Amino acid sequence: MEKLSIDQLNKTCSQVRRDILRMVHAVNSGHPGGSLGCTEFFVALYFNQMEHNTNFDMNGKNEDLFFLSNGHISPVWYSVLARSGYFSVEELATFRKIDSRLQGHPTTEENLPGIRIASGSLGQGLSAGIGAAQAKKINGDNKTVFVLMGDGEQQEGQVWEAAMYAAHHKVDNLIATIDLNRQQIDGLTVDVMDLQDLRKKYEAFGWEVVETKNGNDIEEVVSVIEKAKSLLGNGKPVMNLLHTEMGYGVDFMVGTHKWHGVAPNDEQLENALGQLEETLGDY
Amino acid sequence: MEKTLNTKFTYTEKKDTRSGFGDGLLEAGRKNPEVVGLCADLIGSLKMGAFQKEFPDRFFQVGIAEANMMGLAAGMTIGGKIPFTGTFANFSTGRVYDQIRQSIAYSGKNVKICASHAGVTLGEDGATHQILEDIGMMKMLPHMTVINPCDYNQTKAATMAIAEHDGPVYLRFGRPSWPIFTDSNQKFEIGKAWKMIDGKDVTIFATGHLVWEAVVAEAILAEEGISAEVINIHTIKPLDEEAILESVAKTGCCVSAEEHQLNGGLGDSIAQTLVRNNPVPMEFVGVDDSFGESGTPMDLMKKYGLKAENIVEKVKKALARK
Ligand SMILES: Cc1ncc(C[n+]2csc(CCOP(=O)(O)OP(=O)(O)O)c2C)c(N)n1
Ligand SMILES: [Mg+2]
Repeated sequence: MEKLSIDQLNKTCSQVRRDILRMVHAVNSGHPGGSLGCTEFFVALYFNQMEHNTNFDMNGKNEDLFFLSNGHISPVWYSVLARSGYFSVEELATFRKIDSRLQGHPTTEENLPGIRIASGSLGQGLSAGIGAAQAKKINGDNKTVFVLMGDGEQQEGQVWEAAMYAAHHKVDNLIATIDLNRQQIDGLTVDVMDLQDLRKKYEAFGWEVVETKNGNDIEEVVSVIEKAKSLLGNGKPVMNLLHTEMGYGVDFMVGTHKWHGVAPNDEQLENALGQLEETLGDY
Repeated sequence: MEKTLNTKFTYTEKKDTRSGFGDGLLEAGRKNPEVVGLCADLIGSLKMGAFQKEFPDRFFQVGIAEANMMGLAAGMTIGGKIPFTGTFANFSTGRVYDQIRQSIAYSGKNVKICASHAGVTLGEDGATHQILEDIGMMKMLPHMTVINPCDYNQTKAATMAIAEHDGPVYLRFGRPSWPIFTDSNQKFEIGKAWKMIDGKDVTIFATGHLVWEAVVAEAILAEEGISAEVINIHTIKPLDEEAILESVAKTGCCVSAEEHQLNGGLGDSIAQTLVRNNPVPMEFVGVDDSFGESGTPMDLMKKYGLKAENIVEKVKKALARK
């Protein structure tokens, strides 16, 4: 796949945000907040940073792989998969409807191209990503595995079992990322269950840690992923702490957990779409 | 179509059963200072906010850490607390099965595992969240009591009743707004089946949301001259074998109805009782060895064969085998 320029990436972000909002609005359910906040990250991965094959193959040999552990932000993933050619953009209109391949949370049961494991029950994706990274090593495949998790998700014990394992087994072909939006369902992570200093925690677990100060600035997102890649192959897994704003791109949604899992109504949708240019054509 | 039918129970209001849990928990908390609440980042979804507000010192936000929550709850019973844990049914059971098995059931701890969003009727979130195996997992555990009430009122009554019961309980309820057709002042007796409608040709044993479908099915059958008895099995374990055997002795065949896998559900338990004592023809309404999917609750009820019409069809099958 040809790498998009920064300008093209920004245009793609605008369209992906429109897709997210229209998808959740159409079924009055789904998770716009985290999806909007992670748009730059997904667009950077799929349109600039990952070497991947849109002619989907489950084993994904000799290509970079992506795993979404916080499966509730499926809208952004589906949009990016469709926009990069895994399936038609028209199919986005089936999101969360009966008989669709675009399930509320990503699944393999319906064979949607681009998805390699079900997620939605939080805390499980890092383990799967590490497993896939080790399979690559056994296969002599030097491509990279990417995993995205939520910050609230860090409260699950399995994440830390996986973190300990990845360092112990020197899984250094893995770049994990945490969407640090400081929000979860019941409120601020600091109020619900304080994560404290994630950089120190992952460093203490034996990881290399990089930080994306503004995860909604496409240039910075791209350059930090590049930096993370440069740290691979040194015996340590790499963690990218991605600071984002939940609901980014829509003024009334930004920075609050209120839009974690609530769809906009007709009026709110219109208002939101007015803030986002239609760059690639709505589905 | 439900409205034009002459159902023996009727409703004027719909509400989610999880609200029955939230309101019941608040009352249980007022009655008994030993009652404490724990929740894993789903206070709003579980309707535990009112309890949290009134009893902040007896409520614990544990974050997204269900395994820890089960262990904490088990520990709090040592010292006499009566913990009510709250999260979705999938994360209340499958995710934490060994924690429940060892620290709660085997250790005989007085924990009330309260589980919302059970079954396909949670709708659009899809199969990752729609657990259809929880009744089976929980009923297999020695010492565990398993309850699946049918509407808001019964869920509220059940929540208050389990606070007074000594021992681990799995209380299962759901997300969608559902007819309220039982009495607001009902007495909830754990383990005692409730014969809602008398009949003579066939018995419908239903649990949870499908009790309403059974009530509708009875009315459809009545119009066709078939007399169905409807029994509300709110407690799947311990099962009221006496009520089941008494009913089938009269009707001579039965159908079970549940929002759960056929494997391991209420129907399994009833079938075991019948085979041992009085093997009459029996048919099953439930999900047949499949995961759920995204969709509206009603679309899913239809696709997975959980509607009154499906009960009617199975009743006719059972009758034909008499
Ligand atoms: C094991 C498990 N427990 C609970 C949930 C319900 N749940 C879905 S999203 C969420 C909050 C996740 O917070 P975070 O990872 O920060 O994601 P964000 O809200 O920022 O998108 C919760 C508790 C779940 N999906 N899985
Ligand atoms: Mg978050």
